[in-house]
Amino acid sequence: MKEYRTINKIAGPLVFVEKTEPVAYGELVNIVLFDGTIKRGQVLDTSDELVVVQIFETTTGIGKDSGVRFTGETIKMPVGREMLGRILSGGGKPIDGGPEIVPEKRLDITGAAINPYARGMPADFIQTGISTIDGTNTLVRGQKLPIFSGAGLPHNNVALQIARQAKVPGSTESFAVVFAAMGITKEEANYFMQDFERTGALERAVVFLNLADDPAVERIITPRLALTTAEYLAFELGMHVLVILTDMTNYCEALRQIGAAREEVPGRRGYPGYMYTDLACIYERAGMIKGQKGSVTQIPILTMPGDDITHPIPDLTGYITEGQIVVNRELHRKGIYPPINVLPSLSRLMNLGIGKGHTREDHKKVSDQMYAGYAEGNDLRGLVAIVGKDALSERDRLLLEFADLFENRFVRQGYDEDRSIEDTLNLGWDLLSTLPVEQLTRIDRDLINKYHPKFKAGAKKV
Amino acid sequence: MEVKEKKTKEAKQGVLKRIAGPVVTAVNLDAHMYDVVKVGKEELMGEVIKIQGENVIIQVYEDTSGIRPGEPVSNTGLSLAAELGPGLLTSIYDGIQRPLAVLVDKMGNFIERGVSAPGLSHEKKWTFKPIAKVGQTVEPGTIIGEVQETNIVHKIMIPPNAKAGKVKVIRSGDFTVDETVCVLEDGREFPMIQRWPVRVPRPVKEKKNPTIPLITGQRILDGLFPIAKGGTAAIPGPFGSGKTVTQQQLAKWSDAEIVVYIGCGERGNEMTEVLTEFPHLEDPKSGKPLMERTVLIANTSNMPVAAREASVYTGITIAEYFRDMGYDVSLMADSTSRWAEAMREISSRLEEMPGEEGYPAYLAARLSEFYERAGLVTSLNGDPGSVSVIGAVSPPGGDFSEPVTQNTLRIVKVFWALDAKLSQRRHFPAINWLNSYSLYLEALQGYYDKEVSPEWNKIRSWAMEVLQKEAELQEIVQLVGSDALPEAEQVTIEVARMIREIFLQQNAYDSVDTFCDMTKQYDMMKAIKLFADLAYAAQLAGVSPAQINAVKSKGELPQIKFIKDYKPELAKIEKQMDTEFSALRSAA
Ligand SMILES: Nc1ncnc2c1ncn2[C@@H]1O[C@H](COP(=O)(O)OP(=O)(O)OP(=O)(O)O)[C@@H](O)[C@H]1O
Ligand SMILES: [Mg+2]
Repeated sequence: MKEYRTINKIAGPLVFVEKTEPVAYGELVNIVLFDGTIKRGQVLDTSDELVVVQIFETTTGIGKDSGVRFTGETIKMPVGREMLGRILSGGGKPIDGGPEIVPEKRLDITGAAINPYARGMPADFIQTGISTIDGTNTLVRGQKLPIFSGAGLPHNNVALQIARQAKVPGSTESFAVVFAAMGITKEEANYFMQDFERTGALERAVVFLNLADDPAVERIITPRLALTTAEYLAFELGMHVLVILTDMTNYCEALRQIGAAREEVPGRRGYPGYMYTDLACIYERAGMIKGQKGSVTQIPILTMPGDDITHPIPDLTGYITEGQIVVNRELHRKGIYPPINVLPSLSRLMNLGIGKGHTREDHKKVSDQMYAGYAEGNDLRGLVAIVGKDALSERDRLLLEFADLFENRFVRQGYDEDRSIEDTLNLGWDLLSTLPVEQLTRIDRDLINKYHPKFKAGAKKV
Repeated sequence: MEVKEKKTKEAKQGVLKRIAGPVVTAVNLDAHMYDVVKVGKEELMGEVIKIQGENVIIQVYEDTSGIRPGEPVSNTGLSLAAELGPGLLTSIYDGIQRPLAVLVDKMGNFIERGVSAPGLSHEKKWTFKPIAKVGQTVEPGTIIGEVQETNIVHKIMIPPNAKAGKVKVIRSGDFTVDETVCVLEDGREFPMIQRWPVRVPRPVKEKKNPTIPLITGQRILDGLFPIAKGGTAAIPGPFGSGKTVTQQQLAKWSDAEIVVYIGCGERGNEMTEVLTEFPHLEDPKSGKPLMERTVLIANTSNMPVAAREASVYTGITIAEYFRDMGYDVSLMADSTSRWAEAMREISSRLEEMPGEEGYPAYLAARLSEFYERAGLVTSLNGDPGSVSVIGAVSPPGGDFSEPVTQNTLRIVKVFWALDAKLSQRRHFPAINWLNSYSLYLEALQGYYDKEVSPEWNKIRSWAMEVLQKEAELQEIVQLVGSDALPEAEQVTIEVARMIREIFLQQNAYDSVDTFCDMTKQYDMMKAIKLFADLAYAAQLAGVSPAQINAVKSKGELPQIKFIKDYKPELAKIEKQMDTEFSALRSAA
C-alpha cells in the first residue's frame, strides 16, 4: 500500500492531503506517526488535488512528516457471536484484557437504510415494570424511544432499570443488550458496569466505552459500531437487541466540532445543518424486518442543555424518534423516583402494542383519562397558589388531589420494583375512581362497568 | 424511475473530479440544467444542478461512498421524469419513483445502491378498453381508452405535450404499458405510458376557485376549519403534536378519489404502518380497500437527501396525472420541512450564499411553486379535476416564526396550528382553535347550506364565539378562580368545555370516532347547543351552575362519539336533558 507524505494542513480533527492517487469518498485512512502509531480517519472530500480526512482520534503527533495510507475500503466492523460479554473501546478495540474478536463477518459501519417495504410493524409489548412507561408511554419491540434528561438527574438508573426488567410477557426468545457510552465519566461507566455484573446482564451484553477523556471525534463512530453489532445480532443471529446509547448530547457536540473545523455554515446554535439527517442515520437503525426473527430496540439517552426541550439536540431527536421519556427536575426534587413527567413524554408506537391481545382492552382509555386528569390537576396547582384551595370548585379540588395521588402512587416506585402491566392498569383504575364517574369522559361505559372498582362487582352500573 | 438513453445525440462521457457527499463535480461533460446523469462505474443516478465554467455539479440520488475522482459520468440527455400509466396505484416508491417492492427483490431488505428500477412494470399486461374512435380528432388530454386498474378506472390520455391528430388505429385487448394502443394518421404511435418531467407542472385549460369542501371526517377540520377540494393547507407543529396522525387520517378518510402520500424525510415505521393498515381499511363511501386508491412515496430520513428533494416533485406529478383524468386527488407531504432541509443541504454544498437560517434564497419561490400545483381545474380535455395539497411543517423548537412555516403560511389558505400544550394533555387532534384559520369558509358556505343544513353556518359561528369567549374568561379565571365569575359566564365555561371535549376531541384510534360524517357532526353540535340553551334558561330561572353541571344527561353525551348508530341514543339523551332541566327549573 502506497504511503503519502503530502499532508498540507491540519485543522482540528481534519487533515488535508495533497496529490494522491484517486481516493474514494468515505474511504478508511491510516495515518502513520513517526513512532509507528496508527491513527484512523475517513475521507470527507476527495478530488484530484486535495483529500480531506477526518481523524477519529486526537491529532496529537500528526505532522507534515506523517505517512498517509489509503486502505481502499470504507470502515468495516468485525462482528461475531463471541462479542457477547465483551467490553470494547469507543473505536471497537477490546479493552477488557480478552483476546481480539475473531470476526465471522466484516460489516460496513454506515449501515444501509432498511427498505420501508421490508420493515415489519413493531407490535410486541415490552414490559419494563415501570408504570409511567408501561401504562402511559408503552415501549414496543423495534421502537426507538429516547430518554430526555438533564444534568444530575437519575436517567442512568431509569435506563438500567429498563435494561434489567425489560421482557416480553410470555416470550422466552433470546435477547441481548448493546451498550454504547459516548463521553460519559469513568464513574458513570463503572456504575453501568457494576449493575450489569450484579444482575448477570454482562454475559449477554456488548459494551462500547468512549469515556469523557477519550477523543471526542471517536464518538462519531461509536454509535455506528454499536448499531452495526446490534443489527448483526438481530438480523443475522435472530436476537432481540436492546441498544442503549448514552449520551447523545456528547455525540452532537463532536459533530459540531467537526462542522466547525470544516468551516461549514453553522445551523441553529452552531450545530451543522445536516444534523437531522445525521441523527436519523443513527436512530432509524431500529426496527424489525418482515419474516425475520430479531429486532433492534433503541433507548438513546441525552441530557438537555439547560433542561431546554427546544434545544436542537432534543428537538431534532424528538422529530426522529418514536416518542420520548422525559425525566423531570421538579419531580426529582420532590424525591420521586423515577422522576418521569408523563405530560411531555410520549410513545408513538404505544397503540400498536397495547389493547386486547397485547395488554388489556382498557389500556388506551385508562391512559388517556389519567393524562387528562393529571394535566388538568397540574394546571390547577398554579391557580391554587394564587387564589387558595377554597376558591376551587368541588370538581377542581378532586382533580388537584388526583394530580398528587398520581405522582405519589403511579409515578413513584422503587428502583427494583417490577410492576406487571395488570398491576399498573389496576392502580390506574384505583386512582381514577377518586374522580366522579361522569368525569371519565374518555372511557366508554362498558369498560367502566368491567374495570372501575366501584362498578365491576356488578351491583351498580353506569 | 428508469431513464432510457436518448439516442439522437451522441452522449459524451465526462469524468468525475471531486466527491463530497451527495454533491459531486464532473468535467468534460456536455450538460444542461436538470439533465439526468449516471455517475461512476456503478452508474448512480444524479441530476445536474449547477454549471460553472468547466465544472458540472451534480446531486446524486444514492450514497456516494467508495466513488473516486476519475470515474466516468455520462449524460442521458433527459430530465428527471416520472413514468405515468397503469400500475401506479397501490405502489410504494422512493423519492425518484423506484418501486420499493422491486428493490427488495433486487437487493434484499436494505437499500443498497446502483440498482435502477422502472416506476411501472413493463411486463405486466393490462386490459385496454378503447374509447376513441377511428377518424376522431384527438388532442392533448383526450381520453383514448380505459384500464380497470384497481377499483379505480385508469384513463389513458394523449400526453399534454403531443400535437393533435386523427385516430387511424385504436386497439383493444391486453397490452403492456409500452405497446402501442393508438396510431394517428400522421403515423405517431401512443402506448399507455407517459413520461413527464417532474419539475414541470402539467398544463391545464383553466384554474378555478374551489367551492366544495374536502370532507375529512375530522370534526375540527370539517366543522371549524375546512379545506376545499383543490385547496391548500399547512399543518405545522412541534414534534409529537400530531402532524403525521392528522395526515394519515386525511389519507384514510377524506373523500378524495385518489390519495398520494409522501413520506418525505420522516420515519420508516410510519410508512410501514400505512402499508400494513391501509389494505385492511375500507373507504366509508365505496366500501373498497383504501389501498386501491393510494400511491405512496417513501423517502425516509436516512435515505439520500437528494432523492428526498425530488420526492415532493415525483408525488405532485403523479397527483396531477390523476387530476387530468378528472379525479379529485389529495396529496399529503410529511414533512415539507425535511424537503426544505434537503434543499438547504444541497445548497450549502454548492456554497451558495445562504438566506435566512441557512436556507437558500429561493426557498420561498420553491414552496410557492409547489403549492401552486394544487387547484381545482378544468383539464385539457374539459373534465373538472382537483389536487388538494396538505403539507406538514416541522418548525425547529416548535417556533412558527422560522422561514419554512412563515413562507408556507404566505401561500396556503388553511392553517391548522398544532399546539404542544394540547397534545401534552392528550387533547387530540391538538389543533389550536384560536390560532387556526380557513380562508375557504365563505366559498364553502353554499355547500354547507345545501348539503348539511341551512343552520350549519350559524351553529358553527356560535361554537367559535363560545370558544373565543372562553379564552377571555380563562384569563380571569387564572387570576380569581372560576367561582368568582358571574353565573352566566360559569355556564359559558362549561359549554365551552363540552365543545372542546365532545366535539373537538376526536380519537383517531377509536374504531368509530376515527371518522365522523357531516350529519353526525351537525347532530353533535346541535345537542351541545341544546344543552347550552337549556342551561342559560335554567340559570336565568335561578338554577345554580353546580346544579347545571350535575345534570346527568350531560355526562352521557360524550358516549355518542363511540356509538356508530348514535341516533336513538342521542334522541334519548336530548329528551332526558329536557326532562332534567324542566325539573330543575320548576324546583328553582
Ligand atoms: N387524532 C389523534 N387521536 C389520537 N391520538 C393522536 C391524534 N393525533 C396525534 N395523536 C397522538 O400523538 C402522537 C404523535 O403524533 P404524530 O406522530 O402525528 O406527531 P407529529 O407531529 O407527526 O410528530 P413528528 O414531527 O415528530 O413526526 C401519536 O403517536 C398519537 O399517540
Ligand atoms: Mg410525523
